[in-house]
Amino acid sequence: MRFAIPLVVLVCLIGLFWFGLHRDPRLVPSPLIGKAAPAFDLPTLDGQPPRMTTADLKGAPVLVNFFASWCAECQVEHPYLMQLGHSGQVRLLGIDYKDAESDLRPWLQQKGNPYAIILSDLEGKAGIDWGVYGVPETFVLDAQGHILYKQIGAMTPEVWEQQVRPLLKASS
Amino acid sequence: MIPELGHFAVILALGVALLQAIVPLLGWKRRDARLLAFGASAAQGQFLCVAAAYACLTYAFVTWDFSIKYVVENDHTQLPLMYRISAVWGAHEGSLLLWVLILSGWSVAVSVFNRRLPPDMSALVLSVLGMVSVGFYLFILLTSNPFLRQMPVAEGHDLNPILQDPGLAIHPPMLYMGYVGFSVAFSFAIAALITGRLDAAWARWTRPWTTTAWMFLTLGITFGSWWAYKELGWGGWWFWDPVENASFMPWLAGTALIHSLAVTEKRGLLKSWTVLLAILAFSLSLLGPFLVRSGVLVSVHAFASDPSRGMFILGFMAVAVGGALTLYAWRAPKLATAGELRLFSREGLLLFNNAFLVVACAAVLIGTLSPLAIDALGFGKISVGPPYFNVVFLVLIAPLFMLVGLAAVVPWKRGEPGETARRLKVPAVAAVVVGAALPFALFGRAPLLALAGAVFGLWTIFAAVQDVWRRVRAKPQWRAGLASVPRAAWGMTLAHVGLGIWALGVSGVVSFGDEKDVRLAQGAETDLGGYTFRFVEAGQAQGPNYTAQQGTVQVEHGGHAVATLHPQKRLYPSQGTVMTQSAIEAGLLRDLYVSLGEGYDDGSWSLRVYYKPLVRLIWLGGVLMFLGGLLAAADKRYRLARAAERKAVEIAAAAKVM
Repeated sequence: MRFAIPLVVLVCLIGLFWFGLHRDPRLVPSPLIGKAAPAFDLPTLDGQPPRMTTADLKGAPVLVNFFASWCAECQVEHPYLMQLGHSGQVRLLGIDYKDAESDLRPWLQQKGNPYAIILSDLEGKAGIDWGVYGVPETFVLDAQGHILYKQIGAMTPEVWEQQVRPLLKASS
Repeated sequence: MIPELGHFAVILALGVALLQAIVPLLGWKRRDARLLAFGASAAQGQFLCVAAAYACLTYAFVTWDFSIKYVVENDHTQLPLMYRISAVWGAHEGSLLLWVLILSGWSVAVSVFNRRLPPDMSALVLSVLGMVSVGFYLFILLTSNPFLRQMPVAEGHDLNPILQDPGLAIHPPMLYMGYVGFSVAFSFAIAALITGRLDAAWARWTRPWTTTAWMFLTLGITFGSWWAYKELGWGGWWFWDPVENASFMPWLAGTALIHSLAVTEKRGLLKSWTVLLAILAFSLSLLGPFLVRSGVLVSVHAFASDPSRGMFILGFMAVAVGGALTLYAWRAPKLATAGELRLFSREGLLLFNNAFLVVACAAVLIGTLSPLAIDALGFGKISVGPPYFNVVFLVLIAPLFMLVGLAAVVPWKRGEPGETARRLKVPAVAAVVVGAALPFALFGRAPLLALAGAVFGLWTIFAAVQDVWRRVRAKPQWRAGLASVPRAAWGMTLAHVGLGIWALGVSGVVSFGDEKDVRLAQGAETDLGGYTFRFVEAGQAQGPNYTAQQGTVQVEHGGHAVATLHPQKRLYPSQGTVMTQSAIEAGLLRDLYVSLGEGYDDGSWSLRVYYKPLVRLIWLGGVLMFLGGLLAAADKRYRLARAAERKAVEIAAAAKVM
């Protein structure tokens, strides 16, 4: 009987891995969900208006997308953000994270600008307050400025359809 | 055309591997010598196919064939030739091709060296190796084909800059040699379970293969540790990252296996345990790629993860390991022999060694998988860090060091405590005296960990050396004495000395290492570990496919210039990646390590400065263990035994003819 113990252990491990394959270890629940978006006061890229604060986010749902021209995965999500931004389904706010304007401008020129407005977080301070630990990350805010959802990594059609849209629908 | 040939060669290799798996098995069933002999030819044919496929992919990388998706993702026109060749295994698909190339290389080696073995044993081993190969070929063809075409583009995305280092050129092939080598031990174990032939001769056949795989794994892990230290800029040499653990677990199981094989060969004991360890080492070497490539755990090494790949390896593991363990549960009870085993004998102490190694392996496994398990049980997400591993490991490894010195002295069958104590008196006293004095002599103070590391490390070294010393002194002339020591004994001594040196290095760098984050203006200095680091200037440097900001740091010690270091921050424009390239002044007693941080507008820079005493001993220990394995695997008795067995086989064949 004791010779069958290894087999039993194996079966348990396989079960564990089976479970693991259906989970994403990168999904870390954000403590900010359901709370008001952390305060920020950042300069805009275009200077129109020169600065924006958290208060300016209220009034309509908005996607706050932390991105950077140096980030590879941002390029992955970029085409979809272009599509989303131009579809008019939601307002897109980009926060350019630890990135110089001189690097960002050619990037936008080349790929297009999906954002209604871009804020510049050169030192990453807003990123710290928002609990960003890698770009891209996307926060979904309702009209009252509460965080409904946080996407770590690229925004994809699946995430938009299955997670974000139902949440926005429920909140409005 | 070339990529299609490569793809076709992989399909062909799959076909040959299927034949290699099935035909010898049929031959064994029907007792047909021709079918049995087919295994060797199939292994060699399979190697030709996969070598051709590998050559095709290398050719595509060297000639920048940007119509292949995998080449586009990992090649670049400015990449130097050496990295174009190593870029073949720089990502998932190609590294799998390297994996099967090495697996098939091992199979060819088995087909050549096993000619002296009884034909049924040799054929069954090749058959099992064929089955393992089939699994990997299916994995490549169904989920990870490196030859997939796409619309040609003008430029590739380049090899990940972190991998553009000579250390990486050697690290994966060595590691794969080790991982894959355990497939041979596994095949021998399965063949033994099928035939029921599980005796001292079987252990003698299996041992050199296992030792060879183990020594490559040792070297691969050592290179990996050195590479991470040098390249990642954190000054660490081991992070308990899931992927490092994935290479360490088979190493622990493999180390247990080579020791229990010794017991099985010399005393015919622990047979079913040895077989189980062989299955375990192989299973753990499959677990490595599963953890890295499936995305179940977060790791700094993560390859592009893909659930379908994870699902495939999981299925493969379930079939291969599940099948093996089922066979084990069914057959092993009949093979177990009741032999007398005294605890105070070499075999008894080796059993203790095995217990500690396997428990250590289980502790690493639990630590690695617990984030997954806790998530599965619904307790949320956690990560298990170095504190857990360091504590658990220290507790388990300390008794092991005691045993290493003891087991080499206690004879087989029955040990005499009095005699053992007499022999170990000198090494023990020397280890305690020298070990207590050493930290004071080198560093002027001695924290507990440093003392323990020095005493245990020196105890291991002295006890290992006294074994050789005693053999040499037994002869009238030292020359004859040295010649009388068999290679296997040299190998064991060297590996144990390596372990001791490793312990000295680890305890030294942990106890006395120091680091500092500083912001220095040009011309400013900082002190660390008795050395003065002066930041002279920062300038530009140009590499073949990167531009770099380069700092110049002069190091002085007691008024004398020690070194001028040039840490760099490299920008690889092809991927827009920034990499730190730390500068290291290496020495046997200490490393001085500087990595460049951020530059500020006023011309000052942030720097990370490390003082790493004895860190080189960690890798020196690893290299000595490798050399020990090499000597042990090359021991004369394997060749003598092979010659004797060949004669026996020939006589048997001749008898059959008459």
